[in-house]
Amino acid sequence: MKEKRKTQLQTLRQLMHYLRPHRAMVFLSLLFAAVSVALTLYLPILIGEAVDQIVAAGRVDFSALSGLIFRMVGVILLTAAAQWLMNLCNNRITFRTVRDIRNEAIAHLQRLPLSYLDSHPAGETVSRVIADVDQFADGLLMGFTQLFSGVLTILGTLGFMLAINLQIALVVLLVTPLSLFVASFVAKRTYSLFFRQSETRAEQTALIDEMVGNQKVVQAFSHETESERAFDEINDRLEKVSLRAIFYSSVTNPSTRFINGLVYAGVGTVGALVALGGGITVGSLSALLSYANQYTKPFNEISGVVTELQNALACAGRIFALLDEPLETPDAPGARVLDHPAGAVAARGVSFSYRPDRPLIENFNLSVRPGQRIALVGPTGCGKTTLINLLMRFYEVTGGSISVDGTDIREITRESLRRGYGMVLQDTWLKEGTVRENITLGRPDATEEELISAAKAAHAHSFIKKLPEGYDTVIPEDGGSLSQGQKQLLCIARIMLCAPPMLILDEATSSIDTRTELKIQEAFARLMEGRTSFIVAHRLSTIREADLILVMNKGQIVEQGTHESLLAQGGFYAELYQSQFAK
Amino acid sequence: MKKLAPFLAPYKKESVLGPLFKLLEASFELLVPLVMASIIDRGIGSGDRGHIARMCVLLVALGAVGLVCSLTAQYFAAKAAVGFSARLRHALFAKIQSLSFGALDRIGATTLITRLTSDINLVQNGLNMVLRLFLRSPFIVLGAMVMAFTVDWQAALVFVVTIPVLSVVVFAIMLVSIPLYRKVQQRLDRLLGLTRETLTGARVLRAFGKEEDETADFREKNGALVAVQQFVGRISGLMNPLTYVVINAATLALLWTGAIRVDGGFITQGAVVALVNYMSQILVELVKLANLIITVTKSVACAGRLEAVLELPGGLSSPAALPDGVRPDPEAPAVSFEHCSLRYGETGDLALSDIHFSAAPGETIGLIGGTGSGKSSVVNLIPRFYDPTEGSVRLSGVDARDYPLEQLRRKVGLVPQKAVLFQGTVRENLLWGRADASDEELLEALRAAQALDFVEERGGLSSPVSQGGRNLSGGQRQRLTIARALVRSPEILILDDSASALDFATDARLRRAIRELPGRMTVFIVSQRAASVRHADRIVVLDDGQIVGLGDHDTLLRSCPVYQEIYYSQFPKEVDEK
Repeated sequence: MKEKRKTQLQTLRQLMHYLRPHRAMVFLSLLFAAVSVALTLYLPILIGEAVDQIVAAGRVDFSALSGLIFRMVGVILLTAAAQWLMNLCNNRITFRTVRDIRNEAIAHLQRLPLSYLDSHPAGETVSRVIADVDQFADGLLMGFTQLFSGVLTILGTLGFMLAINLQIALVVLLVTPLSLFVASFVAKRTYSLFFRQSETRAEQTALIDEMVGNQKVVQAFSHETESERAFDEINDRLEKVSLRAIFYSSVTNPSTRFINGLVYAGVGTVGALVALGGGITVGSLSALLSYANQYTKPFNEISGVVTELQNALACAGRIFALLDEPLETPDAPGARVLDHPAGAVAARGVSFSYRPDRPLIENFNLSVRPGQRIALVGPTGCGKTTLINLLMRFYEVTGGSISVDGTDIREITRESLRRGYGMVLQDTWLKEGTVRENITLGRPDATEEELISAAKAAHAHSFIKKLPEGYDTVIPEDGGSLSQGQKQLLCIARIMLCAPPMLILDEATSSIDTRTELKIQEAFARLMEGRTSFIVAHRLSTIREADLILVMNKGQIVEQGTHESLLAQGGFYAELYQSQFAK
Repeated sequence: MKKLAPFLAPYKKESVLGPLFKLLEASFELLVPLVMASIIDRGIGSGDRGHIARMCVLLVALGAVGLVCSLTAQYFAAKAAVGFSARLRHALFAKIQSLSFGALDRIGATTLITRLTSDINLVQNGLNMVLRLFLRSPFIVLGAMVMAFTVDWQAALVFVVTIPVLSVVVFAIMLVSIPLYRKVQQRLDRLLGLTRETLTGARVLRAFGKEEDETADFREKNGALVAVQQFVGRISGLMNPLTYVVINAATLALLWTGAIRVDGGFITQGAVVALVNYMSQILVELVKLANLIITVTKSVACAGRLEAVLELPGGLSSPAALPDGVRPDPEAPAVSFEHCSLRYGETGDLALSDIHFSAAPGETIGLIGGTGSGKSSVVNLIPRFYDPTEGSVRLSGVDARDYPLEQLRRKVGLVPQKAVLFQGTVRENLLWGRADASDEELLEALRAAQALDFVEERGGLSSPVSQGGRNLSGGQRQRLTIARALVRSPEILILDDSASALDFATDARLRRAIRELPGRMTVFIVSQRAASVRHADRIVVLDDGQIVGLGDHDTLLRSCPVYQEIYYSQFPKEVDEK
């Protein structure tokens, strides 16, 4: 509990940091809130005075009444203005804070190490940036002002009541603990029930996500009945807990209305008795009655706001946790910009592991001359993809060093290092946007001719032409109706267009049919001319033409050489190669 | 709403009683100002202390009865709303389980998931609110007006003017802001898309050094979102101040007319206080009503989306049992395609045309062809994922459409292109294949699927599998999905390009192990790799949805140009000659 409070405090402090630029607005908002509360409370007094001018037939003081009405018009207009201005301030604070936090979050995401992104589901991070921020905005800032004006209203009401009549105010004060008790009782129950409801809901969503997301597999294995059973089991639990949560939370309103009624009856009775003794006028009584109506409402609101605030703080905590994730180590001071590298790549004594207890790559050495074509061969999980992660500096080596043109890559700016490589991965990724935007991702300034010739080289031109809007067809994130092969062709066109000095092709043509692939290979061959290239491929034809074949197994280079020399060695590679023809 | 009404039917009692009790409570509430007026006029006016005390007891009693009524109403409303949504969720989930692959392709999983989760929640919310408030708020508003008339009809005329003015203000603001809220939602969606992109495309974006551009794009869209939000905030922020002004202006008018009426001796001072009280009750209810209408508009939109799913045509129909006298013949071809053609959706080109061949029990059939040549479409016809547009598929001599669906699919072990695993343990995943398989059988399947080594390394059958199998490599996932299919000892095994993430050596060992499995399993291997299919008994070569070659490797290599082209693109001639 103490721990929790501490982190909440920390979250609050971080929050203050984001509110600082809006200090003036926060102050104004509080000021307007105070003004509108004070005026709202003042109005019943005026109405009460007005009632007192209307005593009975022939005993109505119209001139005093009209004076009062003019004052009331002023008060009403001022109140409305203050309310509106307060709304404007709150809007501004809320939306701008949210905007700032989101902007910072996205900038942060761009620089988070890939190890973080790889190990955290995208959906979860997205929900922090979108849903949590929204929730936080709603809860915290709205809650903040409601809390403030609620407390002001309670204090103000009490103050006014005291000013009118001590006895009646005491009656109200006596009922206060009751209303606090009910509010906190309900809030506590509701909180834990809502918590359980959202837990059960999350459980159900996970099941839905899994089963509906893979509906075809479910049907292929006739697993429908089982999934329905699992679903119903959770659904029943959810129904029960929801019913209780919703019912308990809906108890709040009637209960506070009842207490309100008690206060009202108390004020009415005691007030009437006092009025009989001449202690107050009927007008004052009517003012007191309207205070009694206003008095209990904030208690109800405040209890709601406190839950909301806790919820908002929890959300804020999740966002700040994301913003506190350590970034990639920044580029070294004075890091070099890699400009048109020749492409000599060397690794010396490199070691790396994703998890400290499971070493993957150890004492890895490699020396590549500019323009060489390197094929990486080896069984699944041997470390080929990891090596690419290290070359691109998506992950940092844990020991040893990798260099390009003799410079340690840690001494080169990340951007220029990465732009030095052209990368096509097996997992194609397309951005939401037009085909054109996707191909020109690396070179937004390319001319139409360059664009088309790159697409032609990648054999993508003909299918692009068939799309409804040609190059201006908008494709959804991850390609939508494009086939895996077509997506890969677009990724290849992207590389063909910017033609960087070094290439990394990780199963770049795995989803393209072999005949098209054969044609692309020619284009690739031209592209690789004079460029250092790292190629991961299963297809022998691609491997055989490499200048150097690195045979990897369990994070080590176990053999290296040309196709012929490796076959002659009769080792691991020869075994791999033969297995293709194994009976 | 017609489609959804039956789900509320079991809660008829609750749906009627809920609002009814709410009305009772509201009626009691409406009496309060009258009691107070009587306290002022009779109690204070004629100094009757006894009357004041009696009225006080009456007020408390009214409150207590109101509380009981209201709690009852809340309970009934919650019960009806929650029960309704639970039933609806069940029905939707069941409906999705029965959707055909064609329908699933058209709709997409994401939207189905949103509908099952957040849409239903919004509908539940809306229903709950409707049951609680939809009758109450208008009742109080009108009731307060009626009560005002019983107090004094001339002063009550103020109400007749005020209520329409208030309604106009409230509804005008809502009419303007609801479409704007929709716009906010759209812009938020776009922001969400960009955030996803940043995460899923991190490697590519960073490889091209696009971080700055993406951030700038995000900032711009974020700014656009905030602009609409602020605009709509400014408009909906008018709601409170404006209603406040209208109601209080009415109160002033009430005071003035009240003064005239009291002066003329028509009504008492207490009556004026009662009228003022009714006015303030109206204010509270109208604000509630406005919120209610926003909630209801949202839920009606969501309800529409749910209905759309329920209205989808049901999935495949299949008989409960094989027709009389029809029995699978173990000697007939395990699968025979008889002049099958297939068209996805209503229009569009034929994905398959005139597919005609058969596979004998125990035979291994390879299917090869370029991207989009229809390889997967052919095997999808076997377990009736899609029905052929023309022609028929027979299994052991019986039309696939004559089998009960479950019996049909139990014959087939499918390894899909995308290696999908489910959260749980390795054992739980394998048991999808056959729920009553023993551990020995599971281990046997793992061994054949070349997955035993790594499963044992990870801790055996009880080792955990995270959602989607994220804690496994692509190759490992694929081998587990193969093992899952083998567990059911299927008569027909379909490997739909399911060895693509395996290296050649593992792939080859896998094929050998499958060949050595006991029984006369008919195997379909779909692949782009000639190496994966070359040892099949017969190979079907597909091009553009048609069979362009059928025979064993050697025959095809001699006679089929498409096969030659594929084969030599992967195995240059001289290698073969060696």
